[in-house]
Amino acid sequence: MAAKSQVNLSQGNPSQATIAVRQPGQDNTTRLILVGLGLAAAVAAPFVLYPVFVMKVLCFALFACAFNLLIGFAGLLSFGHAAFFGGAAYITAHAAKVWGLSPEISILLGTVFAGLLGLAFGALAIRRQGIYFAMITLALSQMVFFMALQLKFTGGEDGIQGVPRGHLFGVFDLNDPLAMYYFVLAVFLVGFALIWRTVHSPFGQVLKAIRENEPRAISLGYRTERYKLLAFVLSASLAGLAGGTKSLVFQLASLTDVTWQMSGEVVLMTLLGGMGTLFGPVVGAGIVVTLESYLAGTNLPVPVVIGAIFVVCVLVFRRGIVGELQALMARHRKS
Amino acid sequence: MSQDVILEARGLSKEFKGFIAVKEVNLQVRRGTIHALIGPNGAGKSTVFNLLTKFLTPTRGQIVYKGRDITAMKPADVALLGLVRSFQISAVFPHLSVLENVRVALQRPLGTSFHFWKPESSLHGLRDRAMELIEAVNLTPWANHTAAELPYGRKRALEIATTLALDPEVMLLDEPLAGMGHEDIERTAALIKRVSADRTILMVEHNLSVVAHLSDTITVLRRGEILAEGPYDVVSRNPQVMEAYMGTGEVGHA
Ligand SMILES: Nc1ncnc2c1ncn2[C@@H]1O[C@H](COP(=O)(O)OP(=O)(O)O)[C@@H](O)[C@H]1O
Ligand SMILES: [Mg+2]
Repeated sequence: MAAKSQVNLSQGNPSQATIAVRQPGQDNTTRLILVGLGLAAAVAAPFVLYPVFVMKVLCFALFACAFNLLIGFAGLLSFGHAAFFGGAAYITAHAAKVWGLSPEISILLGTVFAGLLGLAFGALAIRRQGIYFAMITLALSQMVFFMALQLKFTGGEDGIQGVPRGHLFGVFDLNDPLAMYYFVLAVFLVGFALIWRTVHSPFGQVLKAIRENEPRAISLGYRTERYKLLAFVLSASLAGLAGGTKSLVFQLASLTDVTWQMSGEVVLMTLLGGMGTLFGPVVGAGIVVTLESYLAGTNLPVPVVIGAIFVVCVLVFRRGIVGELQALMARHRKS
Repeated sequence: MSQDVILEARGLSKEFKGFIAVKEVNLQVRRGTIHALIGPNGAGKSTVFNLLTKFLTPTRGQIVYKGRDITAMKPADVALLGLVRSFQISAVFPHLSVLENVRVALQRPLGTSFHFWKPESSLHGLRDRAMELIEAVNLTPWANHTAAELPYGRKRALEIATTLALDPEVMLLDEPLAGMGHEDIERTAALIKRVSADRTILMVEHNLSVVAHLSDTITVLRRGEILAEGPYDVVSRNPQVMEAYMGTGEVGHA
């Protein structure tokens, strides 16, 4: 195939393709300004808000972004992502507390564990489509939940408590809330940048093609299962990065993070913010975490209120908040 | 003669829960020809395409491509061997731009399709070739629009450009002209003729005047079975063929 000379397709007159390339300049400027503002806000946040609260938002935002990489860009709905988030939290907590490893190595171990777990889940689930895929990931994550409940090192109902934050690279004392905050911010930014790069990479192009029309991608010679598996492993690893980091923030790894409700929560955050948009999951995570901590101080039943808000949002903003905003801007630009 | 048969089906059958959609089909596609597969709706033409490209597994029979038995192969691997299909229902990537649609077909040989750490700019080198293909199907003004914005006939044109991007040895086109306006039909038919110069084409098409004009060989399928085969003049005079077409109201007019 490669050896064959490429036919000249243009008939006789090789009319040079001179087309008006859409100017992305304006878009990019707006985006850069928004990103700059967001960064400035993130840097200033711990002086205005409780650092632990913002760190929680950042951890869940990264978790949701990781989940979104899978559903938004590969079209795969996993209903078992808590296994990676919570599983990594246990590994990181154990490594830091029992093995006495440094925070960066502990988080790395949690991330690698989540990636391997993702490889195992993916290998079993990736051939299935739609709801079957979701069901298999749910079943597998329930197995992880029961293991966390039964195994010794996870501490059962108590979880792993009193996890030391330690010294980053042996230098920075993470017991200082500000140091911890900027560390978490850095982790978030690295994770987010990796997702951004993945989405805008040659791999990301194939992934989008698979999401859009898998049979067509196959007919173009792509073994789509392998691409989906890589996306799954990347997503699981990043979910693990978020979970491991969270266990150091709260100095705790517990069953809450491996429950199916946690898998549901990340779906909710992503849909609320806008799946398939890069910033949607961040916004969604921010809203859900804020609501939860606000509602925790009231007598209202938290899951019911969150559920109701979710239903309303899905009905009103089908594309999620950021998705609707983007659509609005696109319409505005056209007219 | 058998040595220049590039694609062959031997006793190919497909049953769907007891319903026989394709029955004992023996098909020989000669290298370098345009071979048309015609027949009334529901005759099993698309099913034959799905079987040949391994999107469906045959119930019985064998598929031989370039002397190699590909019956047990996976569809993506069949495509890598140079046997590439298009779909009856327009198969584009709707939320990618026209340029990206074609580029995604061009990028695989770069060997970077798993590289999630590389920037998109690493694909910019494919742009010229992509634009050439887009120009060939008259879509240049649409290059930066998303495929979803295209009218139906233009989507079909994009699909042809995407298929051509792989430079396949054998191209299977399932009703490539369906839904196109008169001008596009002429242009696309001319394109098919032009690109057939150094490849083999098997196509399903209802537009009989185009079929008559383009094809070297025509196979007529009815209820999953081959009814007739040969050049247009012979096939069109076959009384059974005429009856088959009369029977469904699809009278040939060429
Ligand atoms: N996946 C399937 N399951 C069941 N029946 C099918 C399937 N695909 C095609 N058929 C049936 O097989 C017959 C041939 O279909 P098809 O190959 O699409 O015909 P054509 O392309 O010639 O119009 C039709 O009766 C159709 O309903
Ligand atoms: Mg058909």
